[in-house]
Amino acid sequence: MSEKQTLNKSLNMGMRKALEDDPKVLIMGEDVGRLGGVFRVTDGLQKDFGEERVIDTPLAESGIIGTAIGLALRGYRPVCEIQFDGFVFPAVDQIITQLAKMRMRSLGKVTLPVVIRIPCGGGIGAVEHHSESPEAYFTHTAGLRVVACSNPADAYSMIQQSIRSDDPVIFFEPKRRYWEKAAIEVEEGGWTPLHSARVVTPGEHVTVLAYGPSVKTCIEAAAAASEEGRSLEVIDLRSLNPLDIGTVVASVNRTGRCVVVHEAPVFSGYGAELAARITEKCFYRLEAPVLRVGGFSTPYPPSRVEEHYLPDLDRILDAVDQTFGW
Amino acid sequence: MTIDSVRGAPDTPVHAEPELVQLLTPEGERVEHPDYPLDLTTEEIRGLYRDLVIVRRIDREAVALTRQGELGLWASLLGQEAAQIGSGRALAEHDMVFPTYREHAVAWCRNVEPVKLLGLFRGVHHGGWDPAEHGFHLYTIVIGSQTLHAAGYAMGIQRDGVLGTDSAGATIAYFGDGATSQGDVNEAFVFASVFNAPVVFFCQNNQWAISEPLEKQSRIPLFKRAQGFGFPGLRVDGNDVLACLAVTRKALENARTGQGPTLIEAFTYRMGAHTTNDDPMRYRLKSDEEAWKLKDPIERVKAYLVRGDLADVAFFEDVEAEAKRIATDLRKACLALPDPTPLSIFENVYAEDHPLMTEEQERFAAYLESFEGSARP
Repeated sequence: MSEKQTLNKSLNMGMRKALEDDPKVLIMGEDVGRLGGVFRVTDGLQKDFGEERVIDTPLAESGIIGTAIGLALRGYRPVCEIQFDGFVFPAVDQIITQLAKMRMRSLGKVTLPVVIRIPCGGGIGAVEHHSESPEAYFTHTAGLRVVACSNPADAYSMIQQSIRSDDPVIFFEPKRRYWEKAAIEVEEGGWTPLHSARVVTPGEHVTVLAYGPSVKTCIEAAAAASEEGRSLEVIDLRSLNPLDIGTVVASVNRTGRCVVVHEAPVFSGYGAELAARITEKCFYRLEAPVLRVGGFSTPYPPSRVEEHYLPDLDRILDAVDQTFGW
Repeated sequence: MTIDSVRGAPDTPVHAEPELVQLLTPEGERVEHPDYPLDLTTEEIRGLYRDLVIVRRIDREAVALTRQGELGLWASLLGQEAAQIGSGRALAEHDMVFPTYREHAVAWCRNVEPVKLLGLFRGVHHGGWDPAEHGFHLYTIVIGSQTLHAAGYAMGIQRDGVLGTDSAGATIAYFGDGATSQGDVNEAFVFASVFNAPVVFFCQNNQWAISEPLEKQSRIPLFKRAQGFGFPGLRVDGNDVLACLAVTRKALENARTGQGPTLIEAFTYRMGAHTTNDDPMRYRLKSDEEAWKLKDPIERVKAYLVRGDLADVAFFEDVEAEAKRIATDLRKACLALPDPTPLSIFENVYAEDHPLMTEEQERFAAYLESFEGSARP
């Protein structure tokens, strides 16, 4: 069975299912209860599951993650909402120093099934600190799993898979896609495994790698390119750590060209890891260096110029053109 | 030039002692406190004495092992034995401890083998005990982080619906005077307060955060901070094992019966260095240490037992002998700890499959194997 839903409603339905299936699942964060979250992702959950399970927390991000760790030690499975990407930094100490390392510190005796949901990325005309892409800080940290959904179907399945994971999961949500609708698959048999990438647009000439909000832009770029006779293969990575390198390598070995797209700054960004790995694994098949399209080496700009900072269709196609210049 | 941020002594002395809860004076005289009646048998008090002597001996052995290069570091509890044994012996089965890296005596009360504590400082693991088995969480080195874990765990106890029943437990978060400046500790106070969580905040004010005296952390006595967060705070003589036991028992019982958090400030003194890498003579006076020596947590119990004819010479000799035996065994066990294997680096990082890490592990294993028969690189 499949039905059309917005991305934020799909997340909501996924969390509702998780709350129904497992009494240990908790939702916690700022404004997630009565308000239903600033993006309404948790709308109605407190009404149906009560204040004990859908917890409006004090306004303290480190406190949210720190207490979630304590709840997980007691056997709960907390799903934390960080209200905006730029607000995760006060919680980074608890995430990196405590959450990610506790399993190893306990010689495997402690597992911390904590999910941290982070709406990420720009393009909504927001004030500063509301449009960032902090994924590389977390993919760099061993002990965490990092995933990014790009569409309603994945939002619905991936949030449930993440909640079931016994490892901590950083779950990125593409905030400018929250209100876009698509069909979702409610039957588990139709879900893709959490840590698998997916070819969303098959193609022959250039592999385009993306995740989260950039995936749709890349699909549009592929459509535009095909009008000019260029066939782009767009891969939605879905999982950043672990990375499904097999799907990536299989594609690049066929196309010989690769462009990576993300909103975060390119320097030391996630694309650098992709470029390095592809170079190692596909060296003799590459016709051109792996090119990266992303944010500049600047702080996120004021919203009236953000369209120039975010990788758009033209910048992606420009990079595609460049791969034919070598 | 006068700099406003260095104003000398605060208006309210942070060392003010009038509100100190005390049941045993430094001279070993038993006194009563109206809020904290404590009825212990002689055997129980002798048991506390035994604990105090043994943990001090364990601590001394660990310092020696560090000096001899067998441990990388040790954070001595010297001077804080009473605060830890008193509060540790107040704990019940279902309680959960969230320690710093100095709570060796509380670990003793929770039956964590001392050699497991030494393993961390020897570098064979980052904490080798099962927190659930002992009701004693892993040592936490980053200052104050564990107070939030204690608050969250306490919120879990609430959600289990066990408060007020026989299986009720509370959490107790240990931290020092320096930690009270951390954001996490203040956030833990907020969470514990607004959710009325069953947590006891046990602050061992040992007067020093490495080289910084209490005046660098607070301009009011630390226990008074609780009021601003909306729960009770009190200051206890941290070198008085009986008072520490009594106040912690009451605070834990309040927590277990749904009456919310308490902040206990155990007023004590770090007689040793911050860690074996530290040199206190660079920042404090020998005369301060001498003054605190007169308030020693063990001597006053001994004086009490001797004065009341509650223990004879044989008892004290037996305790000394037992402590020595434990220290000797500990030294042996420490030196026998096997070094972890190179490939153990990859163990226990993830609960579920992680193909990239497995690939690195396999590559590293093959690399190591390539040296088989020759000396390792």
